[in-house]
Amino acid sequence: MASRNENVTEPSGEDAFSRRKFLTVASAGVAGTVVTGRAVADTLADVPPREVGADLSGHGERSKFVQLAMLPEAGPGKRNVDPSDAINSKAPLGKLVGTITPTDLHYERSHSGNPDLDPAKHRLLVHGMTRKQLVFTVDDLKRMPSITRTVFIECTGNGWENWKKADPNVTVQNTHGLVSTNEWTGVPLRFLIGLVGKDRRSTWMLAEGADAAGVDRSIPLAEEIMDEAFIAYGQNGEPLRPAHGFPIRLITPGLEGNLNIKWLRRLKFGDQPWMTRWETARYTQLLANGKAMQFQLRMETNSVITSPSGMMEIRPGYHRITGLAWSGHGKISKVEISTDEGRTWKQAQLNYPVLPKAQTRFQMDWVWDGKPTKIISRATDEKDNVQPDRKSFIAKMGTNALFHYNAQQTWSIDGDGRVRNALA
Amino acid sequence: MLSPKQLFAGAVAAALLVLPAYAFDFGRPASSDEIKLWDIDVRPDGKGLPDGSGTVGHGKEVFADNCAACHGDNGQGGIKDRLVGGQGTLASDKPIKTVGSFWPYAATLFDYIHRAMPYQAPGSLSVDDYYALTAYILSLNGILPPDGKLDKETLPKVKMPNRDGFIPDPEFSKVPVPK
Repeated sequence: MASRNENVTEPSGEDAFSRRKFLTVASAGVAGTVVTGRAVADTLADVPPREVGADLSGHGERSKFVQLAMLPEAGPGKRNVDPSDAINSKAPLGKLVGTITPTDLHYERSHSGNPDLDPAKHRLLVHGMTRKQLVFTVDDLKRMPSITRTVFIECTGNGWENWKKADPNVTVQNTHGLVSTNEWTGVPLRFLIGLVGKDRRSTWMLAEGADAAGVDRSIPLAEEIMDEAFIAYGQNGEPLRPAHGFPIRLITPGLEGNLNIKWLRRLKFGDQPWMTRWETARYTQLLANGKAMQFQLRMETNSVITSPSGMMEIRPGYHRITGLAWSGHGKISKVEISTDEGRTWKQAQLNYPVLPKAQTRFQMDWVWDGKPTKIISRATDEKDNVQPDRKSFIAKMGTNALFHYNAQQTWSIDGDGRVRNALA
Repeated sequence: MLSPKQLFAGAVAAALLVLPAYAFDFGRPASSDEIKLWDIDVRPDGKGLPDGSGTVGHGKEVFADNCAACHGDNGQGGIKDRLVGGQGTLASDKPIKTVGSFWPYAATLFDYIHRAMPYQAPGSLSVDDYYALTAYILSLNGILPPDGKLDKETLPKVKMPNRDGFIPDPEFSKVPVPK
């Protein structure tokens, strides 16, 4: 390759196209473009010389060249709001790699702000249909045997952008940013159940938070939930962040995000659901016939291509398609990708290890011929649940459900390489 | 007492964690008086409802003072959730989910207002005020008469219009009692 600079006329063909494309994109300030870097340092002589860096610090910051932020939102499509009006904040999936969501970018959904509670004054009351009614301190919990597990948590509202129509000008952060994967550490629910001596006739547990709203959910004590739920005090190797329930929260792997009660202060055992506002008026799914699905707690098999994705721009040639897949049923067993609008599918490579009820990174190489097309991903989990196409999903759930959207995500790509959100 | 080795073994073997012998070592017994401070949940059958009562008329005053700023003068038209109307819209393209059109249990309304409202000072009103607010919101929806009154006996008997509007997910709605 000849050495070149910005004043040299491009030879021809693809390189010329890519140079122009990159400059156009850069000047337009479009975030997250797949077109990166090439025009900046064409020869090694253009790479800046080595120099002594900044002082070491007590707190690691991101590179000044990396901008990562969540997106506060007041409701479906109500973006760029004052943080005090936000009800959730979405994770920047299009700019993340791997599977772990950085702690400060784990999506947030809270119902009365994010309190920062004094752990010395926080208490957990466990009572109801139990032999003992006990009060625990945070230190008590930290002295108990613990488990560490990597799981995804997903707001049931994830995907709510696309129920009725697709705004073409949104990113994957808009469409799918209400899911994140972290490593959590805490005490198995079974251990606490053993301590208080749960009555075997108790089949439901109320979990309640110490937030102003006292958010509470009834949790069925199915064997799977009793085996897997835990009370977490650790998040990605440090104490929980306030937005995620400091000092303690419930983790219910694979189930609705709102069951993972933050700022947990009470567990009460009973023999029927309490029918709280959250499990009746809120997190229920209205079907086309006017009836609503209730206690649809498991988060379904899902996936999304994170690159290339909404508002990115690509150029013809070689690409690496990558994205995330997850299922509340267990491990992801397969992700297929279509680059021809769903006519044919190829199996993507999964990045190992594939963990149950955690997000899995997938990838596939692809040569784009420059013609308009649509790209789609489709996940299958170890229980053989297949992520549905949008048409059959809407036929089953209607367009009013508001929660539990897991239809296949389609990104359309036009002849100029612009990637946009599409229904199918 | 537990030796470090025992604790370590427990931490490693999650399946063996339930050992009642550990009980003495963690937590302390809760007194019934302190449990009462936190035990606020109310079930659809009324279990957990406190003593007290409230009328629609009193509720109208409490609502104007504490709720109308967000929910509108008559439970609609405010900046926050609409509480009134929408009956008959659930199967339409634009369903309106309110207390009157969607909520299946009156007890849930009391429980929610009592625990979470007013938004800036949850639980700050009297029990009688919360009964009155519940009565007023139900009356706005035509579910209670204008001279209606609620207490822990009458509230669970209120039949909500959408009581039968829910389909429990088969996987989680019937939890078997362990043998």
